[in-house]
Amino acid sequence: MATATETTAHSFPDITNPVNWFWGKLSWDIFPFYDPLILGTFIVTMALGLGIVGWLTYKRLWGYLWTEWFTSVDHKKIGIMYMVLATVMLIRGFSDAILMRIHQALASAGVLEFLPPYHYDQVFTAHGVIMIFFVAMPFITGFMNYVMPLQIGARDVAFPFLNNLSFWLTFSGVVLVMLSLFVGEFAATGWLAFPPLSGLEFSPGVGVDYYLWSLNIAGIGTTLSGINLIVTIVKMRAPGMTWMKMPIFTWSTLVTNILIVASFPVLTATLALLTADRYLGTHFFTNDMGGNAMMYINLIWIWGHPEVYILILPIFGIFSEIVPTFSRKRLFGYTSMVYALCVIMILSYLVWLHHFFTMGAGADVNSFFGITTMIISIPTGAKLFNWLFTMYKGRIRFELPMMWVIAFMITFTIGGMTGVLLAVPPADYVLHNSLFLVAHFHNVIIGGVVFGVFAGINYWWPKAFGFHMNKFWGLVSFYGWVGGFWFAFMPLYILGLMGVTRRLSQFEDTSYALLFGIAALGVAMIAVGVVAFIIQIFVSIRDRAALACDGDPWNARTLEWSTSSPPPYYNFSHVPNVYALDAWDHMKAHNAEEPQEGYVAIHMPKRTATGLVIAALMTVMGFAMIWHIWWLALVGFIGSIAYGIYHTFDYDRDFYLQPDEVRAIANGRRPVVPAE
Amino acid sequence: MSFFQPRTSRRIGRFGLLALGALALSGCNLVVMNPAGDVASQQADLIIYATVLMLIVIVPVLVLTVFFAIRYRADNEEAAYDPEWDHSVSLEIVVWSVPLAIIICLAGLTWVATHRLDPYRDLPRITATKAVDENVTPLQVQVVALDWKWLFIYPEYNIATVNEMAVVVDRPVEFKLTSTTVMNAFYIPDMVGMIYAMAGMETELNGVLNSPGTYAGFASHYNGAGFSRMRFDVKALDEAGFDAWTAQVADAEQPLDRNSFVQLEQPSIDNDVHYYGSVQDGLWQRILNMCVGDDKLCMNDMMMVDALGGGGIEGLYNRELYRGLCSADNPEGMFAILRPDLSDRAQDITAAMDLLPPETPQMSVPREN
Amino acid sequence: MTTATHPPEPSEGFDFYDTDPASHADGHHETGTMLGFWIYLMSDSLIFGILFAIYAVLGTNYAAGPAPSDLFEIEKILLATFFLLFSSITYGFAVINMQQGKQRVMTIWLLVTGAFGIGFLTMEVLEFHHLWHLGAGPGASAFLSSFWFLVGTHGLHVLSGTIWLTVLLVQVQKHGLNHDNKRRILCLSLFWHFLDLIWIGVFSFVYLTGVLL
Repeated sequence: MATATETTAHSFPDITNPVNWFWGKLSWDIFPFYDPLILGTFIVTMALGLGIVGWLTYKRLWGYLWTEWFTSVDHKKIGIMYMVLATVMLIRGFSDAILMRIHQALASAGVLEFLPPYHYDQVFTAHGVIMIFFVAMPFITGFMNYVMPLQIGARDVAFPFLNNLSFWLTFSGVVLVMLSLFVGEFAATGWLAFPPLSGLEFSPGVGVDYYLWSLNIAGIGTTLSGINLIVTIVKMRAPGMTWMKMPIFTWSTLVTNILIVASFPVLTATLALLTADRYLGTHFFTNDMGGNAMMYINLIWIWGHPEVYILILPIFGIFSEIVPTFSRKRLFGYTSMVYALCVIMILSYLVWLHHFFTMGAGADVNSFFGITTMIISIPTGAKLFNWLFTMYKGRIRFELPMMWVIAFMITFTIGGMTGVLLAVPPADYVLHNSLFLVAHFHNVIIGGVVFGVFAGINYWWPKAFGFHMNKFWGLVSFYGWVGGFWFAFMPLYILGLMGVTRRLSQFEDTSYALLFGIAALGVAMIAVGVVAFIIQIFVSIRDRAALACDGDPWNARTLEWSTSSPPPYYNFSHVPNVYALDAWDHMKAHNAEEPQEGYVAIHMPKRTATGLVIAALMTVMGFAMIWHIWWLALVGFIGSIAYGIYHTFDYDRDFYLQPDEVRAIANGRRPVVPAE
Repeated sequence: MSFFQPRTSRRIGRFGLLALGALALSGCNLVVMNPAGDVASQQADLIIYATVLMLIVIVPVLVLTVFFAIRYRADNEEAAYDPEWDHSVSLEIVVWSVPLAIIICLAGLTWVATHRLDPYRDLPRITATKAVDENVTPLQVQVVALDWKWLFIYPEYNIATVNEMAVVVDRPVEFKLTSTTVMNAFYIPDMVGMIYAMAGMETELNGVLNSPGTYAGFASHYNGAGFSRMRFDVKALDEAGFDAWTAQVADAEQPLDRNSFVQLEQPSIDNDVHYYGSVQDGLWQRILNMCVGDDKLCMNDMMMVDALGGGGIEGLYNRELYRGLCSADNPEGMFAILRPDLSDRAQDITAAMDLLPPETPQMSVPREN
Repeated sequence: MTTATHPPEPSEGFDFYDTDPASHADGHHETGTMLGFWIYLMSDSLIFGILFAIYAVLGTNYAAGPAPSDLFEIEKILLATFFLLFSSITYGFAVINMQQGKQRVMTIWLLVTGAFGIGFLTMEVLEFHHLWHLGAGPGASAFLSSFWFLVGTHGLHVLSGTIWLTVLLVQVQKHGLNHDNKRRILCLSLFWHFLDLIWIGVFSFVYLTGVLL
């Protein structure tokens, strides 16, 4: 071997310290002082964090936050907390994206490679993990939590405490991921952590452990939330709301949560097996002793593909609410929309192998999975057509939500096309793992999920807060995102066709520089969109008096608009009887007036800190497991179980809101949300 | 002012597309769409056919979206307005059946193309107009993915190279691939699509290059810190050039034997090209079965033991006892010696051996019955 | 073409809002705990499904080490199986007595159930200890990894069921057979029978086929 650079994976500070019984693997060298970039981020984040903490303390808001938010079991507040969490993590995940785009633009031009592979590989892993698990998932969970109970005329979800626990478990995952930035390292394996690379032999550091524990803890929260929302829909619909009178967003929530309940356990089991490989020395996915890494790839995608639909189906539901509202028209083909959802739900389990056509399964297997994948595009296409025909002969108002929908329809269609293209196995042989693939899934996830999230936020914000969002900054955000998307990802399609693979951090060929430069420009435009969105929120809150609206600002069709904005914490003073699809529209057509008397006592759950405490103990357990501090892990684990048991000894967990109180709130003599 | 906004956005989008399209045509080498090998060309053609087929439904959707958005905007009072219109059987039939028809075509195309372009299949042709000459055997290349370099073994010529390979123009190439470390993918965009290389398993890939030149090959599945530098050149040479190349490699002094392989196996990044003048007999089998180092039990022996009913408790402490079982002439006799405690079931267990995979395990679960 | 999805208006008009307090119960809804628990069990069975699948794929990869016939002592496993089967029956008796409101008899049956559960766990710990002692730990081969994980996960479930049972006994002593406690006993009943069902799968798929085939 003449002059090969003798660099191994471990020339960088992999955290493989010996285990001390008290400190575990913790020691001073785990803090990334060696990297000015991380150190800078650390200082800025700390300053920001301290600033926020100081401000909250100065304003004496901790008590308010604790009683009204952290310990709240109100599905609306939990929904909003999910949205806030997702927004914060969007900024984190997007920072990773900016880093990657700048790095690739500079490195491909031969100017500068400012991130060493050890660091770059963590960045793209963190970007993927954060964007899927801690941005997209909390956003859609937030929507489902906030909107669905209101749409079915329920006063809360079926298990309000469980809902709070689910949120805090998700938060616990976030805490661990964020900690990995400054304490130790994150996985450098790609967002699905394929073994053997993620096994102990090839990733001896704590990065993969951070990955495993944060996802497993958050995954439990997601599964519980899925069970909760299914039961809510099945058991708690308003009288008269039969299955085929449910709003389409509620349908999509139902289907999504069935997918969650039927796929997240697979993730939990798979990650648990990998955890066992790393902690107990088992041989599930190792190269030797009979292990089989291909098992992992199959299992993780048996979860992973339904996960894609878990993200997009609620978004389809959002669009299906927005299009009729802003077209002032009934949704075209409601029944076929529902069936399309169900068909997609089932088919999403039959396509996982298309993520690894190139693993060498035979032609029969590959074509089977290729064709099932294409079949999914039929119901998806039908949905697109149904939205089109909803617009047909409508009166379309181009408010922000509707603009996002139009941008979605155009962008997503292109993404769908490249997706079907990738489903043709021989085409996938040349495009797999390339930037074409990267462009494709960003095309559907940004063009679908992200655009849908912004459509939904602009649509339901007035419901949640009682005032509209600022339109100017909304437009800036819209153009930043939509324009930026095209500039950022069209070059990647082309680069994919030029044979450039994903996850490269070093380049020999400078002919890619121009396209990477354009992509970096696109990401700068998206950055404008992100910043404008944050400004939009602040400006809207500042101008809330001028932007104030009533309970039904969009002249919409479903039940959530029949109550006040924001809704009282029990949602409905009188639970309406439902006679038709688009119940609120039907009620308006018959001039339904909510009576001012006949209030009954409302059964409501009490707030509780149990969810937060259990999740905090689980976080401690996760952190201790990552750093091999066994005693602390045991304390965290037994503590969380014990606290849960302690909670079951509390039989006094709900109360009755008396009719007088309901009357006072309904007549505007008391605020709908308790004062700050 | 409201209905201008989506238009503007579309204009920005369209401008972006045009600009990028122009760029793509001018400066970029779209190797995937314009490759130098017949298999990759067919794969590129397939991309185009599939895209055209899909555009049949994609274009109307895009056009209708724009058209409806403009036509039915709120301040266009002339347009029809029918708030109760929510159902049409004939339209539903169209929106379900047209995509269905296209998918049926695409599915047919997929089935045929996937079978024709199966990477395991021997090439039936060299170019669209030229069938394979029956007298020419495919060039055998055994590929090993290491951390982070590629090793190529040419069994016919008894030579091996690191990070450089050569093939003969228009002569089919049959790759056998494995890995000594993590999962890898082997990709030469100019020649043929990628395939994974995995430890303890053998995958196969068939391809051909049709014009002389030097082409890029690389690892296309992320595999750790040295990923970006795990690249190699593929030289497509004529017969004479190839003979000269093999002769040059054969001149190298260092042989590729178990020692030098163990040395090569150490992780390293950005390796230079390196030649091995000869290759030790059976080395590929040892690499494939992950037993190049002396101390390990080969995978195939281990699988044979497992198929014979396992190595018993003593196997926990002395696995190496079973070394060489696979190459034994009479496994049944071997079995009788090794597992006398199972003699009453010997018949059943040896019968199970018929289900053994070929000696070199194909890609799949090791020994699934 | 329009479909009339809107229902025809009844002669007395639509009654969108009930204003008669008597027509509501009290706004109290049965929140569907049992349904939720059923769904949880389904998601849990999916986890076991994965573990069974793993065992199906890796269960013969002995890595030149011991096979089931070298390790399993089927008589002891059979005994453990009967412990668990009987505990399911005794739990059934407990539920019957609960429905008849006989708290004392129910408590006794629950105690018997718990005793069987502990008996099962003891057998399992003994088996694991035996294997560990032989050197056949979870790291010895892929077969043993999948075996330990499948059987161990089931064992952990039985352990948590037993702890749950203990907690419930305390709660019944403290608060009697109130609505909440009855619901909890029914949930645990589902859980317990579910574990029994899984064990039948483990016994036939892992132990019986392992020893007989």
